[in-house]
Amino acid sequence: MRWVNIRPSRNGAMLLGAIPLLAILVTYLFASAARHADNPSDKLLPTPGAMVSAMHRLIAQVDPLSGNMLFWMDTAASLQRLGIALGICTLSTLLVGMVLGVLPVARATLGGLVTAIAVIPPIALLPILFIVFGLGETAKVALIVIGVAPFLIRDLADHVARIPQEQLVKAQTLGASSWQLALRVALPQAMPRLIAGLRLSLGPAWVYLISAEAIASDAGLGYRIFLVRRYLSMDVIIPYVAWISLLAIAMDVALAQLSRRGFAWAHRSDR
Amino acid sequence: MSALLTLDNVWLEYGDKIVLERVDLDIAEGSFISIIGPSGAGKSSFLRLVLGQEAPSRGRILLDDRPLVAECGPDRGVVFQRYSVFPHLTALRNVMFARECAGARFTARLFGRARRAAEEEAAAMLAEVGLGDALHVYPAQLSGGMQQRLAIAQALIARPRVLLLDEPFGALDPGIRQDMHRLILRLWREHGLTVLMVTHDIGEAFKLGTRLLTFDKRRIDPHAPHRFGATAIYDLALKPHVLPADTAAGAEPDADVITIDIIGNNREK
Repeated sequence: MRWVNIRPSRNGAMLLGAIPLLAILVTYLFASAARHADNPSDKLLPTPGAMVSAMHRLIAQVDPLSGNMLFWMDTAASLQRLGIALGICTLSTLLVGMVLGVLPVARATLGGLVTAIAVIPPIALLPILFIVFGLGETAKVALIVIGVAPFLIRDLADHVARIPQEQLVKAQTLGASSWQLALRVALPQAMPRLIAGLRLSLGPAWVYLISAEAIASDAGLGYRIFLVRRYLSMDVIIPYVAWISLLAIAMDVALAQLSRRGFAWAHRSDR
Repeated sequence: MSALLTLDNVWLEYGDKIVLERVDLDIAEGSFISIIGPSGAGKSSFLRLVLGQEAPSRGRILLDDRPLVAECGPDRGVVFQRYSVFPHLTALRNVMFARECAGARFTARLFGRARRAAEEEAAAMLAEVGLGDALHVYPAQLSGGMQQRLAIAQALIARPRVLLLDEPFGALDPGIRQDMHRLILRLWREHGLTVLMVTHDIGEAFKLGTRLLTFDKRRIDPHAPHRFGATAIYDLALKPHVLPADTAAGAEPDADVITIDIIGNNREK
């Protein structure tokens, strides 16, 4: 049998996928043990035990300075920023992206502006945002919005504009007004694309969030990582990074499920 | 007999390229017009003009003696070769779409009694085109022929004055195509439709039409081929045909029903 025709079964695929993860884990454990055999106070590759005890302090013990459990305070702060920002992105994309996609006049008027904003590297705007909005929450949320929304808007407007002309003509011959056309023909077909765009934007959104938190903040997952970096606290940084990836994966899976449940028609060909 | 649709010296030009020239046609109510012609001879442009997707650069088009607005409206229904149905709606909702647009300006959704009435009407229409068992199925799950049945039902529920078919059966298997011919003839007769059908299949054009239009260029300038537009060079009245179902009942067979009317045939203007 040729190599290209060998396909793993469902369980086989999961097993194969687990192998590299396990390999990294085992390699880490060996390297960590080796380093600690040489130098029991090594900080670069902390043992699992060291990570558990460091995280236990952050997860279960109240920090005397802030009166909060730091891990949960960081998680809540970061998720709140991300949630508000992605909410604003979604709403503005629905509004602007739909208008741009449905109305050729709007596309001609505003399409260039959206493209111009989309090509600015958002991090380059961070100083401006800090100057304009101060060092509070607004600047951090604004960075994520500016980084993510223009991409989503362009993507959605393109997608809506590419709905086959036949469908738009058909809807009009069935008596649909511009508004009804947007509401009943364009919007439902735009939603799965918007969700797909959001899934792709989660990565950049986390980047902008952690960048903003690293520079000016008093809570947040990114803030904590950059704070403990000064003490070489790999026993906190590594679990935090793992936690961030877990949160990102959970959001991605939730959005994928939402798309499948809410817009089953768009996923027919997947099965 | 006053004409339902009148084209009076209609031209369609893009810059100095002439697509259609001097199209003069009267289309009677209840007729089934087949339109054939080589590729690029303006068949689809003609359909777009009648549909209102484009405005003629000269001349006028009258529907029911009123000038046609150059915008698609519910008085003209259409079925394209592809993409005629909404992929995000079930068959039933696809057919209800026209009722929902007419019944609810703002939400384009009906509720309560109005919704049930629309659902019943749509279900009856779907049963009529043979999709009575597929009310809650999405178009992607339907075969090509069934999607075209759905598209026809969706167009008919809006009760259009003219039904425009743009190569509606071009992508279907020959066997399915025969079924669709029977369906469209039955609907044409029962609903008293006026149909304009563009097709590449000459046999189909003769079989279905009561009148056949052939679009092509009357003259060609070899140095500037774009300077002469196409028009209806043949305009044949076909003898009213019989349904294949009637054939079984002893009526004359399909192949003999075509007679060519020579009046106005190949006439120079």
